[in-house]
Amino acid sequence: MSQLTIEKPWQRWSIRFGVFVAMAILTIPGLWVVLTAFRPNIEVLARPAVWIPQNPTLDNFARLFGLSSEQQGLPVAQYFINSLVISITSTLVAVAIGMAGGYAFARFRFPGKGGLFLAFMLSRTVPGVALSLPLFIIWARLGLIDTSFGLILVYLAVNIPFTIWLTDGFFRQIPVDLSEAAQIDGCTRWQAFWKVEFPLARSGLASAAIFAFLTSWNEYALASQLTRTTASKTMPVGLMDFTAQFTVDWTGMSAMAVLIIIPALVLTFVVQKHLIAGLTFGGVK
Amino acid sequence: MPHDKGRNRIGAFMRSPAATPYLLLLPAALVILSVVLLPLLVSFWTSFTSYNLTRPATLFNFIGLRNYQRLMGNTDFWWAFGRTIIFITIALNLEMLLGLGLALLVNKITWGQRTLRTIMMFPMMFSPILVGFQFKYVFNDSIGLVNNALFDLGLIKQPIAWLVDGNLANFSIIFAEIWMSTSIFAILLLAGLMALPKEPIEAARVDGCNPLQVFRHITLPFLMPFVYIAMTIRSLDVARAYDMVRIMTNGGPAGRTELIWTLMTRTGYQNSQMGMANAMGYVSIILSIVFTFYFYKKLVSARTFMGGAQ
Repeated sequence: MSQLTIEKPWQRWSIRFGVFVAMAILTIPGLWVVLTAFRPNIEVLARPAVWIPQNPTLDNFARLFGLSSEQQGLPVAQYFINSLVISITSTLVAVAIGMAGGYAFARFRFPGKGGLFLAFMLSRTVPGVALSLPLFIIWARLGLIDTSFGLILVYLAVNIPFTIWLTDGFFRQIPVDLSEAAQIDGCTRWQAFWKVEFPLARSGLASAAIFAFLTSWNEYALASQLTRTTASKTMPVGLMDFTAQFTVDWTGMSAMAVLIIIPALVLTFVVQKHLIAGLTFGGVK
Repeated sequence: MPHDKGRNRIGAFMRSPAATPYLLLLPAALVILSVVLLPLLVSFWTSFTSYNLTRPATLFNFIGLRNYQRLMGNTDFWWAFGRTIIFITIALNLEMLLGLGLALLVNKITWGQRTLRTIMMFPMMFSPILVGFQFKYVFNDSIGLVNNALFDLGLIKQPIAWLVDGNLANFSIIFAEIWMSTSIFAILLLAGLMALPKEPIEAARVDGCNPLQVFRHITLPFLMPFVYIAMTIRSLDVARAYDMVRIMTNGGPAGRTELIWTLMTRTGYQNSQMGMANAMGYVSIILSIVFTFYFYKKLVSARTFMGGAQ
């Protein structure tokens, strides 16, 4: 940001132009999907193309939730609820378990520490698609296919390693002296943790939680194989079903895409500062 | 009794302070053991059997290395494997270069930088399945954004079949992949640029270095750890490209965009050849580990290099 160099006007303008083009490429595709969600179907098919929606409508959303007289494609409301329940539950449990693990790595020296940390991180490298094959076999024998519980369990395993990585970093940022001082003043280690370290790490933990939520909310590869019906299907699986339907309903699909993006959008804005700090901290310092 | 003594010793250890970190890690370890390690063992076993989903008894039909041998002799597999390697290589390199370029540009902008950074986060919020859907729509030949724009500008008379022609479909997929992941590089590298100490640059300038030399000898070495962090994070989840390809082309047209991940699910779930699919699964796992491990090593050495320089 510092002005070490004096830029010539043409340099300044070409920088601005480059940034403008990049931002346009990053935003326009998404914007177009959002616009489509508010268009009547006839406008999508029109020739020549209609760029600005002429008759904005909420009909596509109404249709998704069965509030419209038109035929209804998918039980989207149920998928939305499934997605929420599965993502929130797995996030809360993963953060609790991951926080314990991250604290252990940040505050204790013990034999096998490096190996254990590496093992947790390696478990994250297994691609979801590859893991879905044996999980499908095992879950089928245990009767966990098409249950929310089965999927929650899987998302725990997906989220725990990353939560450990992030919380390890956040706890390390808090000076050890603080909890030691509390212990000298008569707190037990347990009390010192809850009264001193936990409140300080809270914003970091919140971003770890949002990260875990987004991972579960957006996951497709595992969910597509381990769910079967409305009992446990999530939004991404529902969107895929939508594209496989007989008549391609672009406006309906776009409306569903908007429903998937809204929670992610809100949460990412909340967490963006911590997100960058969390990602770089673990690696650089 | 040795058994009792052993139990006492374990009991005593559990109550000692030395056990605390292990107890804290126990729940995490249990979850990973049961949801990742156990399935991996099962899939390792099934990769040596002729397991077919439609005939459950075949799970115990041991056939040795025959699945792997058949994979080695299978052209479809080698095409998918080679295409996956090329896909990862092109995607990671272009994402890194574009991300670096974008970070350098945004770093030069003095006004509204926070807004720009927020826009850069945009693709990171998208689920890969959403990115796939979005580009399936954007590249659609009759109603897609790209063809609409080209028509309106008068550049084409016939629609371009982006997702139907093999080469164009591969281009579209790589475009979507780069759209999805360039931001990660840009954001991390921007964070690196902002943390860049000013003194060495000023000193180099005073000594008569031109901007290119400053970039080559000061900025770039400083940024390398950030590049490797981004590379490590990216190679951890390269396989999420599966979601995107699944919805955009599902390996088509005629297998021209088939990656190892789409081939694997087709073999396992559609053709029910679980044994064979698990053998492919192992190849893909090793692929992910190799990429991640390579960049992690680079990250560690770059960090020690920086530590030595300071």
